Amino acid sequence: MSINFSTSIAGRFFPTPIFTASGCAGSGKELSQFFPLTSLGAIVTKSIMIKPRSGRATPRMAETPSGMLNSIGLQGPGIDLFLENDIPWLRDQGARIIVSIAGESVEDYAVLARRLRNVPGISALEVNISCPNVENRGQVFACDPTTASDAISAVRRNIGGELPIIAKLSPDVTDIVSIAKSVVDAGADGLALINTLLGMVIDTNSMLPKLSQKTGGLSGPAVRPVAVRAIYQVRAALPEVPIVGMGGVSSGRDAFELVLAGANAVSIGTATFGDPLAAMSITRELEEIVEARGFSNFSDAVGYAHRTEQA
Amino acid sequence: MINSKAASIKAELISNKKAGSYNHMVFSVGELAAHCKPGNFVAIKVGGPTSAMVLRRAFAIYRASMRSDGMGLLELVVAPYGNGSKWLASQEAGSVIDVIAPLGTSFGIPVEPVNALLVGGGYGSAPLFALAETLKQRGCRVDMVLGASTAAKIYAPLEGKRSVNSLTITTDDGSAGTMGRVSDVLSQLIQENEVDVIYSCGPMAMLQAITEISTAHDVVHQCSVEESMACGIGVCMTCVLPVQGDDGVVRMTRTCVEGPVMDGNKVLWSTSREIPDGVWGK
Repeated sequence: MSINFSTSIAGRFFPTPIFTASGCAGSGKELSQFFPLTSLGAIVTKSIMIKPRSGRATPRMAETPSGMLNSIGLQGPGIDLFLENDIPWLRDQGARIIVSIAGESVEDYAVLARRLRNVPGISALEVNISCPNVENRGQVFACDPTTASDAISAVRRNIGGELPIIAKLSPDVTDIVSIAKSVVDAGADGLALINTLLGMVIDTNSMLPKLSQKTGGLSGPAVRPVAVRAIYQVRAALPEVPIVGMGGVSSGRDAFELVLAGANAVSIGTATFGDPLAAMSITRELEEIVEARGFSNFSDAVGYAHRTEQA
Repeated sequence: MINSKAASIKAELISNKKAGSYNHMVFSVGELAAHCKPGNFVAIKVGGPTSAMVLRRAFAIYRASMRSDGMGLLELVVAPYGNGSKWLASQEAGSVIDVIAPLGTSFGIPVEPVNALLVGGGYGSAPLFALAETLKQRGCRVDMVLGASTAAKIYAPLEGKRSVNSLTITTDDGSAGTMGRVSDVLSQLIQENEVDVIYSCGPMAMLQAITEISTAHDVVHQCSVEESMACGIGVCMTCVLPVQGDDGVVRMTRTCVEGPVMDGNKVLWSTSREIPDGVWGK
């Protein structure tokens, strides 16, 4: 292979455009048994909150046609243990790290940004304002331009000038472009599109919702057309803003579809649950496709579906 | 932490035979077989390359062995209930199957000979026969209780029975053995055989009932839990149970990496479908 397969997000360099998706790779320890984390463009860690969090009761998962619902509820160790254990370990691996943060209030995001601003070895911050597994829909900051903007502003004010901010948005909105514009105006350097869609499965034997908390986030190939649409719309409206695309990518062909829509990098989520080596095979396949389509630079393929010539 | 021997391989299906309500399936897995211990499980991709089933299916290892010609064999007992296990059970010898093995924790084997009681529910008996052999080799007394709803769902192959001192069968409908549940016969067996440790595998309600009895008799209880999983390798956080750690703190604990074999007395069974008060991070 001789193409330039690297990408950049808000001035940060990544040797390949394939990342893990937040919440689908933990902090990398488990996947490192299957491949070296340096083979990833970046590992995006599971969204971390200020305090340890138990997450939701089980059942937390239901498989659906070409997808799954999850209702984990942001289980995690909290920022103190994360900084003590996970970040040093990831640095030792030589991994490029994007830390994902989640909060219950605007102040939470500010606190997390302050905790992370001087931590060495981090490439960017993903600000998850779109986790659907919260008690109150009002807590999904990304569902409203004002709350979305408030959360991102809080991070922007507290992060200092160095670390790029990537805002992770929900597709469960009427107009994702207006949300995207509001977070970019508030200081986001890039966008992560898309988080899961809110869904429900009812068990027809018990005749009750299958998940303990009734609803969960839908992911997997079933949501890929939603991701392609969201990325395409936002790329068209904000041509200069880098996008980390995700949503049901399980092959190089799928990743290429998101790239054509406008993604500068592609995160692998649910596919890792079915195959811990998915990110590796997708990396190989994407590079082959990009080259086979005649691109010598990966970046030239980004948003290529937006050109006006007829296919 | 994930089983340090876990690897992703393509395994050839060597044979697939009906055994009552189940399928006994043998795979060629090379040297991985040497690393599989009783209690470990495997995660198998199902449905073929264009399948709409995106998640692997987890199966307890029935037995694993290295043959003298260097071939490593992995055996499973598959209950074809759902679409994924039905697909697997329909595969013919010669098929190549995507397998991750070995995963999870294994049953702890005592250093000194003890009196062991092995309790299996339905196809939960699968990992117990290899365990029985291992315990026998260590000089343990091994008694076994198998329970199921009906006789056809008792999995007890002839070669497995050789490793046990006694086998008690219970069925809900009385079509084989004693009518009732495994828990109905446990107290008597514990007393008669002076049982030191119970090993169990089966539905969660059965494991909870066994824990109550083992606690009452002050017997160690190692159980293999069955919580639905998405990834099987510790990244998705789906398969958690409230479990008390060595430090006394109860955490929502991943049964795919901290289990499936767990200390039954440390699992908060009665609140396993909740986030109990006092859990770390609640």
